[in-house]
Amino acid sequence: MTLEQIIFLIIAVVILLASLFVVTAPKMIHAALWLILALAGVAVIFVLLQAPFFAVVQVIVYIGAIAVLFIFAVMLTRKAMQDTGSQLNRYSILAAVICIMIFGALTGMLLSWGGSATLLESGALPADSIADLGVALTDPNGFLLPFEVASILLLAALIGAIYIGRDRSSGEGEQ
Amino acid sequence: MDFLTDPVTFISQWVQQLLINLGIPEITAAQILPGVGAVILPLLAMLWVIFLIWYERKIIGRLQDRPGPNRVGPFGLFQPFADMAKIFTKEHITPTGADKVPYNLAPILAVGGVLGMWAVVPFSATVFGIDINVGALYIIAVGSIGTLGIIFAGYASNNKYAMLGAFRVVAQLISYEIPMVLALLVPVLLSRSMGMNSIVQAQPVWFLVVAPLPALLFFISSIAEVGRSPFDLAEAESEIVAGFNIEYSGLKFGMFFVGEFLHAFTNALIFTALFLGGWQGPGAEQYPILGFVYFILKTLVVHFLGIAIRGSMPRFRIDQVMQLNWKIFTPIALLSLCSAALVEKLAAGAGDLVRISLHVAANLVIFGVVILVGTKSLKERNARLDDLAASHRSAIHLVLGTPHDA
Repeated sequence: MTLEQIIFLIIAVVILLASLFVVTAPKMIHAALWLILALAGVAVIFVLLQAPFFAVVQVIVYIGAIAVLFIFAVMLTRKAMQDTGSQLNRYSILAAVICIMIFGALTGMLLSWGGSATLLESGALPADSIADLGVALTDPNGFLLPFEVASILLLAALIGAIYIGRDRSSGEGEQ
Repeated sequence: MDFLTDPVTFISQWVQQLLINLGIPEITAAQILPGVGAVILPLLAMLWVIFLIWYERKIIGRLQDRPGPNRVGPFGLFQPFADMAKIFTKEHITPTGADKVPYNLAPILAVGGVLGMWAVVPFSATVFGIDINVGALYIIAVGSIGTLGIIFAGYASNNKYAMLGAFRVVAQLISYEIPMVLALLVPVLLSRSMGMNSIVQAQPVWFLVVAPLPALLFFISSIAEVGRSPFDLAEAESEIVAGFNIEYSGLKFGMFFVGEFLHAFTNALIFTALFLGGWQGPGAEQYPILGFVYFILKTLVVHFLGIAIRGSMPRFRIDQVMQLNWKIFTPIALLSLCSAALVEKLAAGAGDLVRISLHVAANLVIFGVVILVGTKSLKERNARLDDLAASHRSAIHLVLGTPHDA
């Protein structure tokens, strides 16, 4: 086993355990902290794949912004410090059955695919992959349309958030 | 390689040769050296903080018309050592109801996040931790880990004031990251690279000259990112006692301050690398040690500016901090980024002189527009406030009968 594979296995275990704790942690804030660990693990996977740009973006966007906002939101709730009562509701068995079915279906599909057993040829990485990414995102023959559609989606979400967040009880034009 | 012109490279090559002579294979030796460097660089950074504390206390003292530390050693140079010995002996107290793991992780993250930035700082033409092609973004990413440390501290302390301090920090740091990243994109755009070394090498003309407005935005936003005066809302003593670090004691408390002092200096390092040409200067290519000297001198000047601002500005209110960011900095940063991209495209074929003067002209136009719009809205706001005050006065007169002021 190479060093890379050992690191990958360790990180994979960390990500899986952290993800498990995200859903089982009794305190909401602990779930958010475990989520940060899982996201950091994914950043390490990106580094192992020689994609430093994605690793850095993963840290900036997911850990630096999204996870921090999660914690922020959780701290604003009343039950930030404690969480009592059962974590399961009456649909838990149904949910478990559906999850197992989906997991089984996905596993079956991946096993029958066979592509996961063969190693990819390690092709030469482009010298400047970031420049290629930038060109691809703004090239009409590349991903220009999906990129712009995603931007419009985010803009819509932004406007929606402002609309919900506005205080309508006070008069117009007030801050 | 000569020892006098480039000591670090000389020593590292000597050590590598020594390891090979000891019978260690060359590949392993090449892997050991970066590891050794990764231990030495943070250690030096932490030791450097001792000097920084003295430097900052001395300057703040002079600004406030007092001598500053002057008892222990020459010019009070050994004062930080005495303080360090004291803080090492202090008791560690963990408050009741604290969340142990995040509570103890917080000071580590606060310092670790800053030390991480040193990995990509190019100290001279040959001495740098690592030259990754996303260096500029990496700095922002690692910086956000320090924010996490402060949030952990605020949440895990089980204290209302700590929590309030953490809320303020989150609001402030996430907001100021936006103009900071946008301003940082201008040097990236001008040098066509995100690697810190290529950004420095692309600056025969300092980017401070080419893009003064983004430089100013980056400088002020980086002060806000450290959370120092006038942006020190996270530890406003008069409002929230001490902020996020209220429940910490001993060395854990000290670690937050090591993190803060080091972060301020690191931001000066990064500002120098991005806008002041880093190690560039006469003879820096031939004699890398000269480049290192230039780099540190420039950085100390930038750092001095930061300290002078810290020592002379009163604290902003939280709404002022947010307004400054969202209504002034973010639009200017967006405008200057767009104009920089436009000018680069328009002046692609022209000479350097034309290109640079176009950049400066664009910056001046944006600055003029900002001043015009700013004065106009300020006048309107003052008029509104005057109206409000007048109506209040007349209401008071109605109640009291006689006007007190004519």
